[in-house]
Amino acid sequence: MSETIIYSAQKIITMNPSRPNATHVAVQGGRILAVGDLTELETWGPYRLDESFADKILMPGLVEGHAHTMEGTLWRNVYCGFFDRADPDGKTWDGVKTIQAIQDRLIEAEAKLTDPDAPLSGWSLDPIYMDNKRVTRADLDKVSSTRPIGILHASGHILNVNTKALELGGLLKPGINHEGIPLGTDGLPTGELFGPDTMTPVGVHVGFNRSMTDSDEQGLRDFAKLCVRTGVTTITDLAARLEPDGVESMLKVTNEETYPARVVPLQIFMGATAKETVDKVIGLKARATDRLRLGRIKAVADGSIQGFSARVRWPGYHNGAPNGLWYTAPEQLAELYRLALAADVQVHTHTNGDEATEMVLDTLGPALKDVPSPDHRFTLQHCQLADAAQFRRMDKLGMCVNLFANHHFYWGDEHYRLTVGPERATRMNACRTALDTGVPLAIHSDAPVTPLGPLFTAWSAVNRLTASGRTQGEHEKIEVSEALRAITIGAAYTLHMDDEIGSIEVGKKADFAVLEDDPTEIGGANLKDVRVWGTVQGGRIFAAADL
Amino acid sequence: MSTPIPVTVIGGYLGSGKTTMVNHLLRNANGLRLAVLVNEFGELPIDEGLIEAQDDDIISIAGGCVCCSFGSDLTGALMDMAVLHPRPDHLLIESSGVAIPSAIVGSLSLLDGFRTDGIVILADAETIQASANHKYMSDTVLRQIADANIVVLNKTDLVNEERLGATFEWLANQNPDVRIVKAYYGKVMPDVVLDSFLGKASGVGPSHHTADIDVMTLDIEGRVDVENLARALADSENGLIRAKGFVTSLCGQKMLIQVVGSRWETSNASDSMKDGIVCLGFKGEVLQGLKMLVNSMTVETVPQG
Ligand SMILES: [Zn+2]
Repeated sequence: MSETIIYSAQKIITMNPSRPNATHVAVQGGRILAVGDLTELETWGPYRLDESFADKILMPGLVEGHAHTMEGTLWRNVYCGFFDRADPDGKTWDGVKTIQAIQDRLIEAEAKLTDPDAPLSGWSLDPIYMDNKRVTRADLDKVSSTRPIGILHASGHILNVNTKALELGGLLKPGINHEGIPLGTDGLPTGELFGPDTMTPVGVHVGFNRSMTDSDEQGLRDFAKLCVRTGVTTITDLAARLEPDGVESMLKVTNEETYPARVVPLQIFMGATAKETVDKVIGLKARATDRLRLGRIKAVADGSIQGFSARVRWPGYHNGAPNGLWYTAPEQLAELYRLALAADVQVHTHTNGDEATEMVLDTLGPALKDVPSPDHRFTLQHCQLADAAQFRRMDKLGMCVNLFANHHFYWGDEHYRLTVGPERATRMNACRTALDTGVPLAIHSDAPVTPLGPLFTAWSAVNRLTASGRTQGEHEKIEVSEALRAITIGAAYTLHMDDEIGSIEVGKKADFAVLEDDPTEIGGANLKDVRVWGTVQGGRIFAAADL
Repeated sequence: MSTPIPVTVIGGYLGSGKTTMVNHLLRNANGLRLAVLVNEFGELPIDEGLIEAQDDDIISIAGGCVCCSFGSDLTGALMDMAVLHPRPDHLLIESSGVAIPSAIVGSLSLLDGFRTDGIVILADAETIQASANHKYMSDTVLRQIADANIVVLNKTDLVNEERLGATFEWLANQNPDVRIVKAYYGKVMPDVVLDSFLGKASGVGPSHHTADIDVMTLDIEGRVDVENLARALADSENGLIRAKGFVTSLCGQKMLIQVVGSRWETSNASDSMKDGIVCLGFKGEVLQGLKMLVNSMTVETVPQG
């Protein structure tokens, strides 16, 4: 039998309602043996007391229910975002606020490249914060006119390139007539490329290749470092292609002795039939390990709101843009839901617009009549525009929701002004309504779209501030305690893992977020400033400072 | 640079018979090397006997045809196609049931080495109008029809004459420029779908022919105003489904004319090509009238020198 270690802490926030707070936790073989005070724990026999967390706050390891491992890979490119952001090595990159600053940063990175033909790639650009001033190929030509340069936007759906890159991609030509490629006064592309179909031909020349959503081994390791720095011990990779090679490398890397996170990859439903997809996932489920939880599916119903590709109900987009696109037909979703319910495979479905949410509700209802499944926990991901009536239906159907609280901060102003208008922007990501209706709630970052950091996400849901500093949706705010639930046991519930993780109680994994500050005392307005020391994952200690 | 690969986009809502038609075309490829890009393999019942080899993303079919699945990465799959050896004679893209075909054509236009040979939309004679009224899919289905150069009104055996007539009328109202070809089991003359067949004896048995379609060749002697002729051939008044051939322009340049429904284009061609246009159209309608039209647009060849 392995050794029992008792950790003392300044405070343990357990998320277990029968014992909300404690001072000690006993760990044995990577699991929690007992939680309480030292006298209670001593009854379990011999132990070693470890006081290294005596001045720390322990919370259950945080659970990020919607992220992408690709964030790990993207950090190998030059960070061009507007907001300060920490990389896997712990260095915080200042946000770049002007095109000049972007150029300076790229020039600095360019100087370090030895191969004159190697591409220079950046990421996380967002002109919205720079008065929507667009970056042009001329701007990037000032960095280099001989080396291909590309910067991916924060959304992941726009790419800015220089002239050399356009030339290599075959797009430096007059006569292009494509809504995803704006042209300059000279009749040539400005260098901004919208949507995957326009990005791909050029993207391959600037370091963003076609399989960039598949994280490689280094990317997976870097991704896990970010988890430790943000207190995360279980994280999803929400939409993986899970090609055979990818699965092997994920199994290999997550199995490494020092790999600090539990990764939950969801097989994307695209380019294969419902039956093939479910069969494949049943096969994958059998290969799942503790740190690689294969066996779930993600479907995509529509696009994004700021890209005007989300499906919205009447009265449509506020600026009059035509309705968005369906990515999956209702008949295909219906088949997927039936087969998955019958096989006990969980499906998470991306919906952004309220029409897409409605379609999923209309589709899951009949599937559940055919295949009654009392505890399916099918989850709506993003689900940003859902109204109260839709939350009531989610409740009746037994669905969970994972709302995009960070989005409200980063793009809330844009939605208010442009995409859906004041009323609907105010109700977006309606956490209060979800909880009041009884819909199990998680909240997410969608990293790399916004930075990984559940405590920031919790802050977003508690304060509902937008980037410009406005409170948007006073009545959809939630309490700190509710937000902390959403990033622990709440997210665990949406993954059907609340019996193993998400709270500090006997029998569960010894997964802790180790904090310097007490999130229940620091005040809702400061929640994002809680300092993370590191994590304990499966009983293994990971200090952020030692990564 | 070699001539671009012609690409036909085949669209239509779920269940309209796209896959069945693609299979029909593969069975009747008759020596043409067809490459087919499909969203997914799952529903593709390629005759076992035709499959020569199969791996994850590509199926090789007897006679030099290939079939590839593209999932979410159509552009990437097209880039692979552009360097495929041997080079396909014609590419078919079977788009997903919710795809907007004009968006695919837009993406195609960005890539060198391809030429759009039109958008063919399949419509299920029994359900198309219901799909166009579907709570969620209405605008998608209507956009697909609006994008079409040719609609294959499929499964005509499932509805009576009267209903078929009404559906035909309805389609024509949705898109006045479209040419509507009736079919069942996706059995449509390959010439209707693929420009590459046109003017070649396609060798498809008569049972596959839609009885009301005719092919004729217009001989042209003299020079023509090429753009005006192409535009006239594409005019729905003339009832052509497709036309393709060579003419000599007013200034003596040999030109290729390609017409799919109301879509037309002209391009320079080699002087060695013989003048003449192969036309595919509806029997008895106006094919004969075309002869007069062409004559009226032709000027006598001025002797050189
Ligand atoms: Zn996502």
